[in-house]
Amino acid sequence: MIKILKYSFFDLIRSRWSYVYLLFYLIIGFALLFLNNNLSKAIITLMNIVVVLVPMIGTIFGVMYYYSSQEFTELLLAQPIKRRTIFLGQYLGIALSLSFSLLVGLGIPFLAYGLMQSGEIWNFGLLLIVGTFLTFIFVALAFAISLRNENKIKGFGYGILLWLFMAVIYDGLFLILLVTFDDYPLDKFTLAASFLNPIDLSRILILLKLDISALLGYTGALFQQYFGTGTGMIMSLSSLAIWTVVPMWMIVRSSGKKDF
Amino acid sequence: MLSIKNLHKKFGKLKVLDGVSFDIPTSGTIAVLGPNGSGKTTIMKCILGMVIPNSGDITLNDMPVLKQWDYRREIGYLPQIAQFPDNLTVQELINMIKDLRSAPANESELIDRFELHPFLSQKLSNLSGGTKQKVNIVLTFMFDCPLYILDEPTAGLDPISMIRLKELIDRKKNEEKTIIVTTHIMSLVEELADEIFFLLDGKIYFRGTVDQLKKETIQEDLEHAIANILTND
Amino acid sequence: MIKRVFLIYIISFLTYGASAFTTEVCHTCEVNNLADAIRLSHRGDTVLVKPGIYECSDQELRKPITLIGEKGAILDGQMTGYILKILSDSVTIRGFKFINSGKSYTKDYAAIYSYRVRHFNIIGNEIENPFFGALLEKSHDGVIKDNLIFGESKQEDDSGNGIHAWHCSNLLISNNTLHGLRDGIYLEFVTESEISNNLSHDNIRYGLHFMFSNNDKYLSNTFQDNGAGVAVMFSKFIVMKENKFIENWGTASYGLLLKEINDAEVENNTFRENTIGVFVEGSNRVNYVDNRFESNGWAVKVSGGCYENYFMRNNFISNSFDLAYNGKLNDNKFEGNFWSTYSGYDLDKNGIGDVPYRPVKLFSYVVNKTPEAIILLRSLFVDIINFSEQVSPVFTPDNLVDPQPSMKPF
Repeated sequence: MIKILKYSFFDLIRSRWSYVYLLFYLIIGFALLFLNNNLSKAIITLMNIVVVLVPMIGTIFGVMYYYSSQEFTELLLAQPIKRRTIFLGQYLGIALSLSFSLLVGLGIPFLAYGLMQSGEIWNFGLLLIVGTFLTFIFVALAFAISLRNENKIKGFGYGILLWLFMAVIYDGLFLILLVTFDDYPLDKFTLAASFLNPIDLSRILILLKLDISALLGYTGALFQQYFGTGTGMIMSLSSLAIWTVVPMWMIVRSSGKKDF
Repeated sequence: MLSIKNLHKKFGKLKVLDGVSFDIPTSGTIAVLGPNGSGKTTIMKCILGMVIPNSGDITLNDMPVLKQWDYRREIGYLPQIAQFPDNLTVQELINMIKDLRSAPANESELIDRFELHPFLSQKLSNLSGGTKQKVNIVLTFMFDCPLYILDEPTAGLDPISMIRLKELIDRKKNEEKTIIVTTHIMSLVEELADEIFFLLDGKIYFRGTVDQLKKETIQEDLEHAIANILTND
Repeated sequence: MIKRVFLIYIISFLTYGASAFTTEVCHTCEVNNLADAIRLSHRGDTVLVKPGIYECSDQELRKPITLIGEKGAILDGQMTGYILKILSDSVTIRGFKFINSGKSYTKDYAAIYSYRVRHFNIIGNEIENPFFGALLEKSHDGVIKDNLIFGESKQEDDSGNGIHAWHCSNLLISNNTLHGLRDGIYLEFVTESEISNNLSHDNIRYGLHFMFSNNDKYLSNTFQDNGAGVAVMFSKFIVMKENKFIENWGTASYGLLLKEINDAEVENNTFRENTIGVFVEGSNRVNYVDNRFESNGWAVKVSGGCYENYFMRNNFISNSFDLAYNGKLNDNKFEGNFWSTYSGYDLDKNGIGDVPYRPVKLFSYVVNKTPEAIILLRSLFVDIINFSEQVSPVFTPDNLVDPQPSMKPF
């Protein structure tokens, strides 16, 4: 698997799009730091960007890479290599290369602005952890979708739709449900519903940092316990881990059944 | 050495293989012929494990191959369409496959044979279709395998390369290898094939030598013999 | 010459008569307890207590004297009743440490208690784990300065307040540190007083709590991490300047609660990281000028009828919500504040945004109705509905705008 991973990774690292992605983060990082001249504010703005953008880029890159490397995949399938190895290797290759762009692209400007000397290193670390998780999750989802769809356009469409659903529509439905049923106790439902969407989970991790004072204004004991202690952070991070593993398992499963 | 029993495969509602069985006991060159969509590529991909049959058995040297992967060491496969990762150079691709397969390879002799030296440091995306096919051939034959599966090996090749490919196949035959090939070039079949499998409606409709086929259809040349089978239906 | 000697004699006699005796108290001294020392001293005398632990409970001070504790002088109340009771004018208590003051569910025991007195000073004392620290009733013209009062209270019902004043006037409460109590400072019917430079933190209920207390000034105090912040109720003509309200987190917690407050000035205060910065209920003619609201859940939450409140030159920075409005809008003005979420432009470069700012977000209405929805804060969907509401207001009051938002923070 390491070999496949290595080839996919270097294949991507050398592609034009990786540079564009890396450059994008470099520009955003420097621009935000230049405009705000304040690490903390730049991190807050970036968190808002990362939560929406990283899943989109992950989905698009995942789908694109899957379809554009189909022939390469067939070449590999004829070699004495397990299927699981091939797909997980490719998946990890792309997820790592995207994460690499994210880490380097944001890391350079922030290091240049003296991140190490500031108290913001933990928030920045959280930003990178969330970004990396979202990359791994959405590339895996993109791979799982592509594996089930022979048709490139369809696969691409479903991928974008999934992103749109997770990033916007889900929250809309969520809010409508909350407002409709606000006579009932909703805190369990609310927490459960936010665990079912990795974008919401990441957003909550960020809320825990930025809006803890507002979150603690809510009366529910469950909320208090969840947000008021370290539980929220631990639960959210471990749920993100589950969200990474499940689509990877889907990749393994559908790759085992598929005809090429 | 290769044995297939009662192989069935459906793609959706389309039945592609409907109980294909055959044995290839010894070495030799087998041409798998049949109209478009008769399942030639599907059989090959079943042997390689790229397509998973609905039912049936495949054994290679008396070992079952379904859901296995290590047996592919024994097979050199030349796919129908040669597409490679665009960012790699030819040399890098060859090195990569060698690395992945970690087996001894004699690529330099093949590179000489197909005059690929000038292209070694070029990216695959810049190569013409014919050159890509030559790279494809190198990748297939650089390992020493008891079984070669060639899917339309001549696509895009110029006449000189075609001759060199034939020589190569001949040599492998003399080395007592088994070669399964699909092609639409009948001259190639006539020159090389020890046996023909003719696929029709998901079954092996005919199995025998070129001469037997001609005799049975009472035709002078192979193309007409095949046309005869198809129109008789 | 004789005249002159006589004059000196007269003067020295007068000073002798006016100048007081000082009685020293220590374990090996002639006078080895406070009660005797007080009994022996006269008007204007001083009792100087040397280091050591002295048993002392319900000690009444019925003449104007000065009690001074040297460093290490400890008065032990032995968990019974009061420790010192000021029952005369012009009493000064300075430099003591008070321990083991009594606790009761029926009586308001205190380390220092005063009743119907004037001109008293409570300065530089340390009161450890009292029921009430200083309990002042109907007392006037007092100075409570440089004291440290702290407890380990966990529950409201078995704890008292740090400095508790009832029906008092002209007090100066300054430079005290209060923590671990029920309310840090509690004032009821206290007028014409100044409360300044105190630090009140980690109290169970309020850092500062006052009711029916008019014409008071609150200057440069810090209220941090108290259970419910600071509550200010039913009072008139209050001035609050340069105070800090910090990290008051919780369900019903706010930096500052203003309930039925009229004619107040709230200036130059800092509200940082509170669940609600200022919660205003039924308050009229309050001016909020030059305050800084930073990283609060809600910077300002207005509830009930509030008339003629005026917000000017305040900084609203990185709050989850800048303003939440519950009920009708009544002549409240927002003018020339800085809003960190303002995204308008300033083409004429005069430092004032050319587009009015609407501080009330649609989502804050949603959260008001459905508190659980807070979890959707900062989601793309919420940004979208906020934006569309901003562009064409449907739910938020049309005239609730800052017409001249500042482009830069003050």
